[in-house]
Amino acid sequence: MVPAVLLRTAVCVTGRFPALAGVDLAVAQGEVVVLEGPNGAGKTSVLRVCAGLLPLTGGEGTVLGCDLRRDVPALRGRVGMLGHAAALYDDLTVVENVRFAVRAAGADVARIDAALDRLELGGRVRRTPVGRLSAGQRRRVALALLVTRRPELWLLDEPHAGLDADARVVLGEIVSEVVAEGATVLLASHEPEESWPLADRVMSIVGGRVVEERAVASTRRPALPDQLRAVSGGAHVA
Amino acid sequence: MWRDTVLVAGKDLRIEVRSRVVMHQVVPVAVLVLVLFAFALGPDRAPMIQAAPGLFWVAVLFASVLAVQRSFALEAPDGARDGLRLSGLDPAGIFLGKTAAVTVQMVILEVVLTAGVVVLYGSHIRSYPSIIVAGLAGTAGLAAAGTLYGALAAGLRVRETLLPFLFLPIAAPVLLAGTRAWQAALGIGAGNTGSAGDPWIRLLLVFAAVYLALGVVIYGPLQEAS
Repeated sequence: MVPAVLLRTAVCVTGRFPALAGVDLAVAQGEVVVLEGPNGAGKTSVLRVCAGLLPLTGGEGTVLGCDLRRDVPALRGRVGMLGHAAALYDDLTVVENVRFAVRAAGADVARIDAALDRLELGGRVRRTPVGRLSAGQRRRVALALLVTRRPELWLLDEPHAGLDADARVVLGEIVSEVVAEGATVLLASHEPEESWPLADRVMSIVGGRVVEERAVASTRRPALPDQLRAVSGGAHVA
Repeated sequence: MWRDTVLVAGKDLRIEVRSRVVMHQVVPVAVLVLVLFAFALGPDRAPMIQAAPGLFWVAVLFASVLAVQRSFALEAPDGARDGLRLSGLDPAGIFLGKTAAVTVQMVILEVVLTAGVVVLYGSHIRSYPSIIVAGLAGTAGLAAAGTLYGALAAGLRVRETLLPFLFLPIAAPVLLAGTRAWQAALGIGAGNTGSAGDPWIRLLLVFAAVYLALGVVIYGPLQEAS
């Protein structure tokens, strides 16, 4: 089977310094891979290259069967990214933001209510312009947007940042669900205690290169979210 | 493509209705241009009537730069531009939607400016169809060209200053043809009737058609490259 993500000595130079200096990475369909590393190591750049938001300036790469040098437009609508920024419009309400993104992706608008309820964005919050929400609530809206769109590849950049404990549990459930449905997740995180329990493999990136790869015992359990919080990341290194 | 056009235009117009940036900032600036020129040309009515068509289109041109900048500023904060790229929307639909939203805002502005020209400059409209067709064609052309160059400048740090630099020179045909068409429609100049402006209206239509077609074809690669 063709990997959902395949990078071979991927290089990305956007300024004077390379963001990626030869990354090798293969992620199978339905797999969750966590990228870890210090600030500036290249985790976000890997996600942005996989999304087609940064150019591949060296090496080779395919995402969902699309060549990152030639077929990036074919990726659009199939990849969802939760980045540092929530990518929302401040003057639109929560519902309007989600509805726009869902209609743009041609997804089912009937899922919107359920997704917002699940992320505790009910009642008056739905009709509130996103610009008036807290950072954590904006993060929930961005996540609800992905949940409703159901992309084939989820690129999550520090997804736990700004989320409270309940929302982190819901995030874990969502990752487990979408992977069970066949989606692939590439997740960059500084928080091993939150992200490792979701992962099948952890890859360490330093200086724009993958320096270490570890298989971990995933404890993804959609029905038992409390387990996600109970598990310590370090205990699960295989 | 058309579904995406409606979606993007609806989104941009809804944001404008909420934020009212164009209504509260761009329209007053354009009206101010007319008022200041009225002071500069006055108090005699004759030079103001002669200059009215050109001043109208100068005001429209400057306002269109602001409207296009606003259209792309919507996508700048909070990574919305990346969200739009990843959304799965047809780039041609994004281009046409943004162009349509700018056109609607500019048409409202032009209604206000036309009233300003009549009241402040004492102009008399002789041919309403010519005024309307020239206005719509010129505005669609400016919006299409502006959206195209707006996308080109969108990813750059100097986009605010670069856009007028790129856009104003290529908008010169609209300024010229719009002014001539309006001169005919307002009956300014010897023997100038409504039909004398027809060639200029055709030029405005060609300009709009060229930039709309160009945008549909190249907006996608432009969006990916910027």
